Amino acid sequence: MPAPFLLAAGVGSALLVVWFARRLNIADREGHPVHLAWHALFSYWPWLLKEIAVSAWQVCRIVLDPKLPVSPTLVRFKPSQITDVGLVTHANSITLTPGTISVEVSRDEFLVHALTREGAAGVRRGGEMDKRVRALESRPELFP
Amino acid sequence: MFAAAAIALLVTAALALARAAIGPTVFDRLQAANTIGTCAMLLVAVMGFLNGRPEFLDLAIIYGLLNVIGMVAVLKFFRQGKLGEADE
Amino acid sequence: MLLDLFSDLASWACLLAGSFFCIVGGIGLLRMPDFYTRVHAASLTDTLGAGLILLGLLLQAGFTLVGAKLLMIALLIFFASPTASHALTRAALVRGLAPKLAPPLADPLETPPSKP
Repeated sequence: MPAPFLLAAGVGSALLVVWFARRLNIADREGHPVHLAWHALFSYWPWLLKEIAVSAWQVCRIVLDPKLPVSPTLVRFKPSQITDVGLVTHANSITLTPGTISVEVSRDEFLVHALTREGAAGVRRGGEMDKRVRALESRPELFP
Repeated sequence: MFAAAAIALLVTAALALARAAIGPTVFDRLQAANTIGTCAMLLVAVMGFLNGRPEFLDLAIIYGLLNVIGMVAVLKFFRQGKLGEADE
Repeated sequence: MLLDLFSDLASWACLLAGSFFCIVGGIGLLRMPDFYTRVHAASLTDTLGAGLILLGLLLQAGFTLVGAKLLMIALLIFFASPTASHALTRAALVRGLAPKLAPPLADPLETPPSKP
């Protein structure tokens, strides 16, 4: 019996908060591009999960190696994305993969810290991740 | 098997706590605190399953949200206020 | 009932693998030489460790409200943990904490491109 009441109260308070946020002009007018997310669910996310698993295994082997073979490297490169969502997705994916962190993010330049030289060679303009996020973004409905 | 995961999470939290104790810079300590927070969140979830009370998951969600917000808040204060120096 | 046994086994394997990655992340947090490399080790705990443990719990819960909550936690970690790492490293760099870098390779053709 209380479940419908609780759910209704939750929906009601969420709508109230959204209404307040819009009145205060702090809501994101752009909104989340759901069509992008749906498309990405089948093309980009599985690839990203695979990538996370592979690089996590590599970092794991580095940590457990008695010699600790790290060669930390800073890389600068210019991302090829145009939209904010694309840039954020790219930066978030870089950080999410163990072994690389995006330190500085701007429209013109990414500064990436990588645990090894090989990892640093993987992130660059025209690299696999860059291309995939770019392809994700170049859906026609994003550019009205 | 839940018990094994819980013990592993406790061990991880203990390792992070050691880093928080010795870590030379403030950022090391913050990173360790973040890891401890993640471990605590997972631990709450696993303990809920271990005791057969999955309602604990609500607590885990709240804990995760507070962890992130607390992290960002501390960093913001740290960058704008004058809270200690990052002694090398 | 065979299906139950199978999902139980899969969930136990996920829990054990997740625990393993969590502990390795913790060890890395202690062993790595400087702050920036420690963040790499900690992201091991945040991504694969947390993800596998949550997947193991999800296999136990099945398609229920509990499973939906577990998915919410996974999404929260998925979006929030990179944000926290990024904010942390950026704050450290702005604050002037210099990363220990590996010496550049002797052969310039083998160095990763620093400028596009």
